[in-house]
Amino acid sequence: MDAIVVDGLEKRYKGVQALDGVSFSVREGEVFGLLGPNGAGKSTTVRILATLSRMDAGRAEVAGHDVRRQASAVRRAIGYVPQDSGIDQNGTGRENLMLQGRVQGMGGRELRDRVSGLLEFVGIADAADRVVKTYSGGMRRRLDIALGLVHRPRVLFLDEPTTGLDPEARAGMWAEVGRLARQERLTILLTTHYLEEADELADRLAIVSRGQIVVEGTPRELKATLRGDAVHLELADGRMDDARRILERVGASPEGTGEGRTLVSRVENGNRALPGILSALEQEGIGVESVSLSRPSLDDVYLHYTGRDFAAEDRGEA
Amino acid sequence: MVVRQARNLMREPIWIVLLLVQPMVWLVLYGQLFKNVTHLGGFGTTSYVTFLAPAIVVMNSFFGATWSGMGMIYDLDHKFVERVLATPASRFAIVLSQIVRSALTAAIQAVIILVVALALGVRVHTGGAGWVIVILAAILVNSAFAGISQGIALLTRREATMIALANFIGLPLLFVSTTLLARSQMPHWMRVAAHGNPMDWGVRAAREVVLPGTSWGTVGLYLVFLLVLSAATALWATWCFRAYERTL
Repeated sequence: MDAIVVDGLEKRYKGVQALDGVSFSVREGEVFGLLGPNGAGKSTTVRILATLSRMDAGRAEVAGHDVRRQASAVRRAIGYVPQDSGIDQNGTGRENLMLQGRVQGMGGRELRDRVSGLLEFVGIADAADRVVKTYSGGMRRRLDIALGLVHRPRVLFLDEPTTGLDPEARAGMWAEVGRLARQERLTILLTTHYLEEADELADRLAIVSRGQIVVEGTPRELKATLRGDAVHLELADGRMDDARRILERVGASPEGTGEGRTLVSRVENGNRALPGILSALEQEGIGVESVSLSRPSLDDVYLHYTGRDFAAEDRGEA
Repeated sequence: MVVRQARNLMREPIWIVLLLVQPMVWLVLYGQLFKNVTHLGGFGTTSYVTFLAPAIVVMNSFFGATWSGMGMIYDLDHKFVERVLATPASRFAIVLSQIVRSALTAAIQAVIILVVALALGVRVHTGGAGWVIVILAAILVNSAFAGISQGIALLTRREATMIALANFIGLPLLFVSTTLLARSQMPHWMRVAAHGNPMDWGVRAAREVVLPGTSWGTVGLYLVFLLVLSAATALWATWCFRAYERTL
């Protein structure tokens, strides 16, 4: 059974169509990544699935329950770890977990044991009885995850889990998610705008851009659909259209523009094709400032399917 | 969730004390300044402080209630509420925990004010039962207005609006009531208007048990009114919660 089924979600926010027909499904027990630049609609999707927001149109089911009509059942089955932490800063880690457990209907000795276990599991047992105000950023994120797991949910939503963390904390979080993923029956839906993160953590992923799913698949499958290597050419004086024409003529397919005056194109066997490409450009008088060759990455996948540069769009420039 | 509110309260008891400064000023300074006003007659006692004390308890609990919305705004801003929304917890429970916290503060302050009044020579005519009633009146007035404060907090989500509103209705409610002056001394139109003032209901119930000639029927009546009002405002606040959810 699919843990999450999303069909044609639409949502409008303050005059912007945040979600424009989003559909995908997540299998039980997998780690599914929703990858996209800032503002693509990832968090919006997760909030609808976590029953916090309402969809304008479409259908969604989480753990077998309809998100609209069986909201309570959905809430019992999910853990939600938001991007902006919702921790009570004035309480201790333990108190926060106890409250979360009670609010989920747990209690007594079972809850106390569960809380102690979780504190150990996420590695903040030492600080359990200190007020959260004193925790570091990494510790708070770990507490966030513990809060989402208290009631043993079947589906865990991680909304941008490593945004704002330093590299060390990020690596720790990746290890954390890896451990969680190995637990039985836990399905994880994580959203991120870090390409490496999606590549590293997700079993399957869907790329979101401007409120739509652009493509879905495993990281490997997606990179394999791009045949050949990516050639990144930084042009001296930006004669993009001419350059494109030339590249096509020599058998390289231009994909789109990267940063600044960079043109990206695909070609089978980059090593052998490169000299030919460079001399063709030189013959036409198009100066090349730098060139690089790379195996396909998710960056390239994004560019291939949307025609836009991921990093630029993430910064809000596209 | 009530436990959390209570616990956070206990962690910063300074607030309970700070918020007591104002009622103390009223009780002690104002009470002394106007002590001869009882000569006008109709007060049920010659001691203005005795007349004033129960009213100050209720007045304080009213002002405390107007602040209860701040707690909600704080939790909303810190996304604590959002997190709880993703759980099966009922929306009513969230609102209720805020109201209970507010009422609890009012109860504690009521006791403190009564103790100070005792030191100033005020004697509660009906003894222990009287104390209980005064505290109950404080709790109910507080919860009734806390419900309104919560609702407004959910609808506007801005602290500035809350403060403005509190100031706007606070003083009128204070003056159009028997808090400071005996009923018989009030202009006719104000006497009539006071009937609809929930703060006045609380003041009258509290004063009934402090002064001789207690009419338990009157006390019961006003407390029931306050109870019904509290239920109504709590429900309204829960409705406002749904309105807030729709904006998510």
